Amino acid sequence: MGLDLRWPIGLMFSLIGVLLTGYGALTGSDTDMYKRSLGININLYWGLVLLVFGFLMLLLAWRGKSQVQPTAAKPPETTPAP
Amino acid sequence: MHIQLGALDYAILLIYVAFVIGIGFVLARFMKTSSDFLTSGRSIPAWVTGLAFISANLGALELVGMAASGAKYGIAQAHFYWVGAIPAMVFLAVFMMPFYYGSKARSVPEYLNMRFDQRVRALNSISFAVMTLFASGISVNLLAKLLHQLLGWNYDASLWICSAVVLLYVLKGGLTSAIYTEVLQFFMIVLGFAPVVYLGLKDVGGWDAMKGRLVMVAANPAAAGMIDKAGKTYPADSWTSAWHPLLAGPASNPMGVDWFAMVFGLGFVLSFGYWCTNFLVVQRAMAARNMSAARRTPLIAAVPKMLFPALVILPGMIAAALAITHQDGYRLPPKPLTAAIYQKMLPAVAQASSAGLQGEAALQAINTALGSDDAKTYKLNPEKIAAIVADNKSAALPEDTLKTRLQDAVRETDYDGVILSLVKKYCPTGLLGLALTGLLASFMSGMAGNVTAFNTIWTYDLYQAYIAPNKSDQHYAWMGRFITVVGIVLSILCAYLVSQWSNAMDIIQLVFGFVNAPLFATFLLGMFWKRTTGTGAFLGLLGGTATSALFQALSNASGNALGIKGGYLWLWMHKSLADIPQCLQFPSDMAQNFWLATFAFIACLVLTLVISLATRRTKTDEELKGLVYSLTPKVKDEGEAWYLRPAVLGVILLLGCVVLNIIFY
Repeated sequence: MGLDLRWPIGLMFSLIGVLLTGYGALTGSDTDMYKRSLGININLYWGLVLLVFGFLMLLLAWRGKSQVQPTAAKPPETTPAP
Repeated sequence: MHIQLGALDYAILLIYVAFVIGIGFVLARFMKTSSDFLTSGRSIPAWVTGLAFISANLGALELVGMAASGAKYGIAQAHFYWVGAIPAMVFLAVFMMPFYYGSKARSVPEYLNMRFDQRVRALNSISFAVMTLFASGISVNLLAKLLHQLLGWNYDASLWICSAVVLLYVLKGGLTSAIYTEVLQFFMIVLGFAPVVYLGLKDVGGWDAMKGRLVMVAANPAAAGMIDKAGKTYPADSWTSAWHPLLAGPASNPMGVDWFAMVFGLGFVLSFGYWCTNFLVVQRAMAARNMSAARRTPLIAAVPKMLFPALVILPGMIAAALAITHQDGYRLPPKPLTAAIYQKMLPAVAQASSAGLQGEAALQAINTALGSDDAKTYKLNPEKIAAIVADNKSAALPEDTLKTRLQDAVRETDYDGVILSLVKKYCPTGLLGLALTGLLASFMSGMAGNVTAFNTIWTYDLYQAYIAPNKSDQHYAWMGRFITVVGIVLSILCAYLVSQWSNAMDIIQLVFGFVNAPLFATFLLGMFWKRTTGTGAFLGLLGGTATSALFQALSNASGNALGIKGGYLWLWMHKSLADIPQCLQFPSDMAQNFWLATFAFIACLVLTLVISLATRRTKTDEELKGLVYSLTPKVKDEGEAWYLRPAVLGVILLLGCVVLNIIFY
């Protein structure tokens, strides 16, 4: 199928990761808010985890693309066999 | 009372929805034939089908239900994974997938048609189609209920909007879209709930501290709010050891199950029946791009499945550990009071206050207003009710305070609320959005899985086979889309049925059990014994289902009144609980269920065997080539690297399972 699933996964988690990390950095001084999460700025740290995961997926997708392209260029665009 | 979502939470939710719909739209241009739409044209890599395989099973019911059982039964619940799922998934990959994939069948019922005949196909496809719709309905009902209780969202709106999102992307991209989004959802669920589990475990003081507290739970489960286990005590390691309490007998473990029923009933009959014959999961493997990808699908799925107990069962155990010491006022969530119940309670409280009722009298007044059924359902706490009535006397309490305190006075535990009670406790804005999106994702993956299985079965196994054969492929492609819409609408109707009529859920799950329990015997004989005939399989399957129904009608689980849940035949004959022979009384629902499966399986096996021997074969060896083990050339995988061979991977996975069972012995 013509869509490498790693692109949307990578994009989505990078995007959510940026939002969460940014929010965590902005609200870091709000100790009241993070009392729930045992005083850990969980948004910042987990946002970073998501960001790393997202980038990793994007990296894999990008590498996969550059590997596939030379061979994929050979056969002309055909409709999938029924 | 409800959780307030921040703008960021909504943003995360919307990003997720945008991506799943986006995937549907991108894939839409690849959907040309009916097979593209319904079977993905067999074009998907193994890691994708593998994760979708596990995600289709990880519906909201699984996520919510496993946490509930983790609180109720502790680590023993992991038997559903380490005894049940993994061996069955390995068996599917190594032995069964060559027939499913190699036969070029588009569905499990179609395989049955090739192997046996039309009758077996019709029986399996009709029962499966009905069950998927109900399964999807039960799941969407659960989700809408949770969103309503937790966030105060409107039940109907949640139900329709969530279903509409699923409809949109399935309609656009068909099975491929369902499979692709299931992978996205898999990561969403894992990454959404992992931090909650981490925070919970840290809060109870780590694994060892949690085990210490679960010993206290075992000594007095009622003190942790498990009112259904009032007055019972269990051996100290009941919540923390998987095998020791089980081997000590049904009275010594909270599941009330003996080891044989666990290993044979769950591990062999039910799990193999589910993982190896249920089209919902098998369909994912069938969509793989080639035979070796198809065989690797369940094996890839088995890796996360093996570790899932840490994500889905552990939260329940954490909740039980928090509840036993009432840490920070935590308790297992009480059964939620509905608006209708409040309407009965509020005036009753006002009356009781003005009459100056005290102690038991106050409770009795409220219970009378509720009616005996509801009073039994909620089991109000007498001291708390008396205190509310007394406090309300001097000056009427504000309605919100009153409602909160009344809810708190409910003693009956709502185990299904456990996972969300932890989300509520630990998640600040931001993480909250992520966890809720994970919940939503689990529901959507479950519903999309059911709907895509349903539309294939309907189009190929019912519509094309019996209603309108020999139409153009375009026509079937159109029918596939049309029935997708119908399937979603019917799921929504099932959701309303279940929410309106509480017995519906019990009956549906009972019927699921009747139909599923004997199924694996039919497949086992069909795939590994060429002498099995169509008549044998058909009658054996019917006989197995009848055996389940009869078993249920005659047996009873302790704590249940005679009725829908068991023993209805005795009720019908005007007998009472005391008249039932001891051997038909089981210590728990679960034990009754596992034994039912065992008997149904044996009945189906014996009947199929005997009838097959008595009837003439209708298919020649040549026709059965590729469908039966002894007549099919073995799949050669010597050409592949050793670490890609299914048999090698299977053995590694099984060893991993053994190690886990030993660690948590």
